[in-house]
Amino acid sequence: MAGEQSASKKPAVITVNTNWCKGCEICVAFCPKDCLEMEGGKCRVARPDDCIKCMLCELRCPDFAITVE
Amino acid sequence: MSNDRPGKVRMMQGNQACAEGAIAAGCRFFAGYPITPSSEIAENLSVMLPRLGGKFIQMEDEMAAMGAIIGAALTGQKSLTATSGPGFSLKQETKGYASMAEVPCVIVNVMRGGPSTGMPTLPAQMDVQQARWGAHGDRGVIALTAKSAQETYEQTIRAFNLAERYMTPVILLIDEITGHTTEKVIIPDASDIEIVHRKKPDKDPENYLPYRFTDDCIPTLAPFGTGYRYNVTGLCHNETGFPTNDSNEIQCLIERLTRKIEIYEDDIIRNNELMLEDAEIGVFAYGSVARTAQAAVRICREEGIKAGLLEPTVLWPFPTKAVLAMAQKVRAIVVPELNLGQMAREVSLASQCSVPVHKLGRVDGSPIPPQQLVEKIREVV
Amino acid sequence: MFDYLQYVRQENFPHIWCAGCGDGIVLKALIRTMDKLGLSQDETVMVSGIGCSSRTPGYVDINTLHTTHGRAIAFATGVKIANPDLNVIVVTGDGDATAIGGNHFIHAARRNIDLTVLLYNNYIYGMTGGQCSPTTPRGANASTAQHGNLEPAFNISGLAIAAGASFVARGDAYHVKKLETLIGKALQKKGFSLVEVVSPCPTAFGRRNKMASPVKMMEQLRDTVVSVEKWEKMTGEERKGRFRTGILRDIEKPEFTAEYAKLIEKMRPEE
Ligand code: SF4
Ligand code: SF4
Ligand code: SF4
Repeated sequence: MAGEQSASKKPAVITVNTNWCKGCEICVAFCPKDCLEMEGGKCRVARPDDCIKCMLCELRCPDFAITVE
Repeated sequence: MSNDRPGKVRMMQGNQACAEGAIAAGCRFFAGYPITPSSEIAENLSVMLPRLGGKFIQMEDEMAAMGAIIGAALTGQKSLTATSGPGFSLKQETKGYASMAEVPCVIVNVMRGGPSTGMPTLPAQMDVQQARWGAHGDRGVIALTAKSAQETYEQTIRAFNLAERYMTPVILLIDEITGHTTEKVIIPDASDIEIVHRKKPDKDPENYLPYRFTDDCIPTLAPFGTGYRYNVTGLCHNETGFPTNDSNEIQCLIERLTRKIEIYEDDIIRNNELMLEDAEIGVFAYGSVARTAQAAVRICREEGIKAGLLEPTVLWPFPTKAVLAMAQKVRAIVVPELNLGQMAREVSLASQCSVPVHKLGRVDGSPIPPQQLVEKIREVV
Repeated sequence: MFDYLQYVRQENFPHIWCAGCGDGIVLKALIRTMDKLGLSQDETVMVSGIGCSSRTPGYVDINTLHTTHGRAIAFATGVKIANPDLNVIVVTGDGDATAIGGNHFIHAARRNIDLTVLLYNNYIYGMTGGQCSPTTPRGANASTAQHGNLEPAFNISGLAIAAGASFVARGDAYHVKKLETLIGKALQKKGFSLVEVVSPCPTAFGRRNKMASPVKMMEQLRDTVVSVEKWEKMTGEERKGRFRTGILRDIEKPEFTAEYAKLIEKMRPEE
């Protein structure tokens, strides 16, 4: 999987602002690498190492609640 | 405005005088929609404004015109729209928005007969209560009136000054007779005309609150594009301009919208009087009917009837104090108007039922001739 | 990571929109586009009407004007004509712009005044609880069409083209990168430009129409959207149940405020 981290050598830092996250699951459903999960009605970063930094979760989150660095 | 120095004498319609007054007041934006009997205001301004670098636009409907002048006013422009009864009805919601968001602008209503399409080319004064209560919700309202082309010129300027000073829409109610009668207007020298501009922010953008609660109750709205980024909404809002659900903040806002006109009533209200000091019969008349009333009062005096006239030039806020003072002097009050007693009702309230108030309502599209009013006064005597 | 915080009014977050509402997604695309184009926050005005999408101004740190139902374009017209140097963006919805505000919409397009209209089309009145709108599909369920909507829907982009808009595009809340490009083109266009954004309303539309979750609604966009290029090559049968996104019109024609500036120049008294 490591070889797929093509966007950058550095591992992704995915941050969820749980105060703003409304738990719509959009980020979870459309992450191509299945890095995210739902937990207690909020998004949780489950497998950050698999992240390819495609940014789709950040782009589509309606609540400005998830960022990928 | 001082009239010490003679100005330029010109002949013009009341509607043209309105356009001239607007330009003199610094109005550089007009949006309107064609409607009889106000269209000459738009027509004149469509010629005058571009020559001065000002903007004229004929919008697709009455609501659009009202919205456009609010938008323009928020960029700092002095903005005007003109209409008549049916259009005034259509504008009410957006006019209420201007009250709520405290955006200065002027709405001229050249009144014609209603209800509905009514009498497009004939005068009436049927919109005076609509001017006060037409839009939903509580708020203070300023509405002026004028009985001649000269007064229309002056009152248009005053309407802009009051709008800018108190950050509120101001209505000017004239009627078809005033709008369409061509007569002499003395245009004063520009330096003799008092012009008011709205307050400018005295804080930097960081510390600026558009709707800050101040002792004067007047907000400071910086023109869009000048570095003060704030929100304007018709929702109940707090000092920041953002919507609020806080009951305290809402109570404060709505009370202030009424109070900010109330506390300045003495500055806003202006009345003319004719032979009122020793009058036994008081006449309360406004707009074109005040001219009838002047003539009628003089005829009565010649006949030995002590009649006197109280003529408000501001209908809202209502001149309660002046009416009460008159009521305490006279035996009866007669209210001639081109409706079925819309202001007579206010006069009764203001006089606290201390004297009989007699209505003289004419709604057939004809002006009230002096003789008709004289007869009414005789009857009352 | 894109830093949205410099463009938003953080004190008003979390925003009022429901979980999975497209409005936030579109707003983010707009913000990224403004950033890319270097639009000055001081010199940009956002005007909205009434409805869910019309609450957008409360969240963006620019000059914002939240007006009455249907009238956003009228207010915006006043702003733009009075000060043509300002970038004026209108944020509105299907009901706001094509029902109660339909007259302003078509006339601003006809006038070709330089406004950028971002119209969130979610097929429903969301804020008032799911009543049918001019774009509710025929047969769809709404709280005022519980036996199925009898009326045909407006094609909003088609309406704008017919009325004379110089730029018309359609995007959607799933294909966010493409949406960004379309909004960018619209903002740069000197003239009336419309971006119709098909945006999910899971709460008021989805739940009544067999798309109970935000994810379902996004999947539906993913599966039914085709590009204008591809659309051209499709047969009528293939087009069924799908819609196209992309630039639907991009023409040059005289823009109102520019024409007005010429008039003022012409009227200027000779020295
Ligand atoms: S950036 Fe892409 S891969 Fe990484 S978590 Fe987000 S959606 Fe998944
Ligand atoms: S998309 Fe945003 S709001 Fe929705 S679950 Fe993910 S982080 Fe939360
Ligand atoms: S009702 Fe619909 S459009 Fe409104 S905020 Fe909720 S999801 Fe969005």
